[in-house]
Amino acid sequence: MASFEETGPSTPVTEATRVDKVHPRARLLHNVRAVIVLGLSLVLLIPVMAMALTAFKSRAEVVSVPPNYIFEPTLEGFVFLLTARSQMTEAAQHEARQNMDELSLFERIALESGQRINGPSDFVRRLRNSLIIAGGSTFFSVTLGLLAAYAFSRFDIPGKGDLLFFILSTRMLPAVVVAVPLFLMYRQLNLHDSHVGMIILYTVFNLSLTVWLLKGFIDEIPREYEEAALVDGYSRWQAFYKIVLPQASTGIAATTVFALIFAWNEYAFALMMTSDRARTAPPAIATMLGRGGIEWSAIAAGTLAFLIPVVIITFALRRHLLRGVTFGAIRQ
Amino acid sequence: MATIKLQDVEKRFDEFQAVKPLQLTIEDGEFVVLLGPSGCGKTTTLRMISGLEAVSGGRILIDGRDVTWAHPSDRDIAFVFQFYALYPHMSVSRNITFPLEAQGESQETINQRLQQVSELLRVKHLLELRPGNLSGGDQQRVALARALVRRPAAFLMDEPIGALDADFRDTMRAEIKRLHIAQEATTVYVTHDQIEAMAMGDKIVVMSDAEVQQVGSPIEVYHNPANLFVARFIGSPGMNLIEGRFQEGKVHLPGGSIYEPPERWRTTLAERLQSEGLILGFRPEAARLNGKGSIGSHVYATDLHGAFTMLHVALDAEANTLVHVRAGRGRHHAIDEQVQFELDPEMVRFFDPLTESAVTVEGRHG
Repeated sequence: MASFEETGPSTPVTEATRVDKVHPRARLLHNVRAVIVLGLSLVLLIPVMAMALTAFKSRAEVVSVPPNYIFEPTLEGFVFLLTARSQMTEAAQHEARQNMDELSLFERIALESGQRINGPSDFVRRLRNSLIIAGGSTFFSVTLGLLAAYAFSRFDIPGKGDLLFFILSTRMLPAVVVAVPLFLMYRQLNLHDSHVGMIILYTVFNLSLTVWLLKGFIDEIPREYEEAALVDGYSRWQAFYKIVLPQASTGIAATTVFALIFAWNEYAFALMMTSDRARTAPPAIATMLGRGGIEWSAIAAGTLAFLIPVVIITFALRRHLLRGVTFGAIRQ
Repeated sequence: MATIKLQDVEKRFDEFQAVKPLQLTIEDGEFVVLLGPSGCGKTTTLRMISGLEAVSGGRILIDGRDVTWAHPSDRDIAFVFQFYALYPHMSVSRNITFPLEAQGESQETINQRLQQVSELLRVKHLLELRPGNLSGGDQQRVALARALVRRPAAFLMDEPIGALDADFRDTMRAEIKRLHIAQEATTVYVTHDQIEAMAMGDKIVVMSDAEVQQVGSPIEVYHNPANLFVARFIGSPGMNLIEGRFQEGKVHLPGGSIYEPPERWRTTLAERLQSEGLILGFRPEAARLNGKGSIGSHVYATDLHGAFTMLHVALDAEANTLVHVRAGRGRHHAIDEQVQFELDPEMVRFFDPLTESAVTVEGRHG
């Protein structure tokens, strides 16, 4: 902050006075920028759009060339994706059609191709595994990373530099290299194809990222805030969660999104360390490609379903992600 | 309110001695200023009193209670930081009441105290704002309110107005001084600005090189500096210090000027000095320009101050030795004009160049 702000009594800075100070040319530039950003996002969103459209197409629509952009949407892809079905006999189909009112939406759609829904498909379990493993590992890696980062940032730890480098180095070997020894160890420890095993694996793998990222964010919070809280009568722990935590929320949000996206997208470990019980969505989507005729709408529905949780989390945290620099009361 | 005692308190960072063992007693209700250049250990000393920095040795007593290893929150002290350290995510009122929350005060008490201090520090109209929207001066008022609200045993202030604009600093200085007088609160105040120290302190602790150089009232450290460092550091400009020789009861100065000290000084100097060399010191206002004094040569430069004129007088023709002499505003002095002045014998001080300490007559400075 410049020194001219220091004199005289304060008047609240209102949004109105700020906007008044924007130069007309700056506003024009702002508009030009908005147009460019809009154009860029359109280009980037085309594949996502194509995928989203495909997810709602029927089998016939999916293969039509050139592709139709206007069509009657159907949930067929989602039904195929999320349910396990079996073929019905003609008689059974006829009977089922008599009692259409008792059928759910999904059952009716399945009936159109003469199928009966027997229960949720494996993919539902895969998606749930993904949620549990990504959520759990994100929670643990951010929590542990935050505590470690705070300690590294604030206390004199013997061999601090070496320790930090060691933590970073855990990330240097590619997954494929460590997977085989890990696989053997996990099998011995009964952690293979288990949720706990996968949560531990992703947590450890993410820790280097979270410790380093969060240390940067905590370093930027002046110590004076905590020191003020300490003399104001609070313990170190209270100062941490009453003062440091709110200040670090931007950094924590950004780190959470990074850790989550890694754990959510991870493919190589998931493919090698899980087989069924703890298998996550990414390898499952890949295997769908191989089974008999390719169900494009089901795959598109799968990737869409896979995309949604990350979008929701990122959207929920967007304010923290975008807030950037806090207008702090301490000048550096 | 409280008495603070430091006994042999010291601080080492590995090999580096930041504060050498120091003794200091801060009396109840006293305003003590720790003064010194940056890196002299004054802030470290303050932080050790607060408990934010652990001591490497010695004991700290607040009201007779040994708090050397007590947690900062158990010392019943308030700390005012140079950059205010207001919690940016809380409103001004929450910032002020935050220490009371820690003490578990009732909502009624909290509101009542908030009213009191916000009126006292004139921040009532700012209570709903965030600290980031305040000017520097108002931020420091809020920080002072946060310190006052819990009525601590002592206030510790680390250059609280050092970050403000010069003219606004003056206002805040007066406000803090008035606040101190009204509250009768024991206060330890750190600054590198000797004008601030002179204006505010009941007692000044001059520090340099991790050591206390002198403890005394502003008048004492100004008129009777204990050594050359204090003589140079206090006053703007500092004390004039001239290297001379003491021979046959007279002080021979560069350029051939001679100063004849009064009788009591002659015997003392003869006894105390380890060699012929000495350093004569006097404040610019101790010189009387009267055209017939024994010291002088020519005017080297003049600084017009309005209320007075500061002359830079060269004692020798080559202008190797310059002294500041305060002249009245009535008379104009041209550059290279010949001037003579005499010194008020009550205001002349002597230092031993070997020890750099002041030479005193039976414990008194002349």
